[in-house]
Amino acid sequence: MKGDIILRVIAKLLVPFMLLFALYVQFHGDYGPGGGFQAGVIAATAIVFYVLVFGLEAGRRLLPDWLAEKALAAGVLLYAGVGVAGLLLGGNYLDYFVLDADPVHGQHRGIFWVEAGVMLTVTGVMLKLFYMFADRGRDGEGE
Amino acid sequence: MTPAYLSYWLTIFLMVAGLYILIARGNLLKKLIGLAVFQTSVYLLYIAPGKLIGGTAPIVAEGFTRYSNPLPHVLILTAIVVGVATLALGLAITVRIREAYGTVEEDEILERDRADAE
Amino acid sequence: MAATVVAMVLQRNLLGVVVLFAIYSFLMATVLAGLDAVDVAMTEAAVGAGVSTVLLLGALHLTGSWEAKPLHRPALPLVLAAAVGAVLVYGSFGLPAFSDPQAPIHTHVAPRYLNEASKETGVPNVVTAVLASYRGYDTLGETVVVFTAGAGVIALLRRRRKGRR
Repeated sequence: MKGDIILRVIAKLLVPFMLLFALYVQFHGDYGPGGGFQAGVIAATAIVFYVLVFGLEAGRRLLPDWLAEKALAAGVLLYAGVGVAGLLLGGNYLDYFVLDADPVHGQHRGIFWVEAGVMLTVTGVMLKLFYMFADRGRDGEGE
Repeated sequence: MTPAYLSYWLTIFLMVAGLYILIARGNLLKKLIGLAVFQTSVYLLYIAPGKLIGGTAPIVAEGFTRYSNPLPHVLILTAIVVGVATLALGLAITVRIREAYGTVEEDEILERDRADAE
Repeated sequence: MAATVVAMVLQRNLLGVVVLFAIYSFLMATVLAGLDAVDVAMTEAAVGAGVSTVLLLGALHLTGSWEAKPLHRPALPLVLAAAVGAVLVYGSFGLPAFSDPQAPIHTHVAPRYLNEASKETGVPNVVTAVLASYRGYDTLGETVVVFTAGAGVIALLRRRRKGRR
């Protein structure tokens, strides 16, 4: 019982910081190491940590399956959408410099949205993978 | 000459060890881990030649003139994510094999297939 | 790292093998950080020691956790692996020495990226600039690969609501 309480308190303290760190890595990826992939994996790991301490049902209430699946697809759509926006505004597919009057600012915008799309997809996939593997084991196929 | 090629030889040793696990052990899960070790050694193979002694990480900042090569970093970033995707799919297939055959040992699976074919 | 991998080969308790794999990933991330590859080291630490280990443990829980004794003698695979290693070592003599500034890898297109990336994209981190802007197609393909892996696992491990199989 004592060990249980310690784990719960520490988890409740740590999970917000882990998510905050994931967002920091995502947005600071332009100035230091980081970017979409690292941020997505760190965010998924934060939720996995929460599930390990509080159980699968609590994790499912926090971030349900359908949200992970929608995030999966939305990330890829966002990335492709940025490319199409480049097409519509007069450049080639995935051209960033047409996205704004100032080409450098256009690059900034393009990179920002593209990295956001990558983070959504990576978080969704890693979380969904974890849910599927954990789900398979709980009802047990006769073992 | 020896210190110049040491990075390559270490990478080759890791690669060969991963390859050995992959082909010489029958347990499917261990084979997948051997594949992951092999992939990780390939990352080292690409990044080691990109380093310049006296250089720094490829983030443009005041006061640094020599940077390590950023191009392998980009390729390996993609490779790492593709590697984990492969591992996840392989593990899912292994779980299904376990449910269908009751075992993940390659020898027993082939036995069962031979017995079924007769 | 070499010692870790040798232990992995000989160890038959699969839980021990997974833990050794996590140690190996962390050591690899440290080596990569020492080689100035900071983005890659962060990704390898997060993915290799984090997600990969979690997925392996999940799969381990669903399958057995001991490896059976190998039936065949390891002579042929050992000779094969050693032969591959020898050929690779022979090939490595043709490669440029460690940290040679005149190697083709440093003179071809990398100087252009290093010099122009900050001006053309306004982003100091050259790796992010190359990944998201100069080589944006590759990153699109990689995102689709991750998506496909997720979709594949959903297709493989989906449960039917009523009745099994």
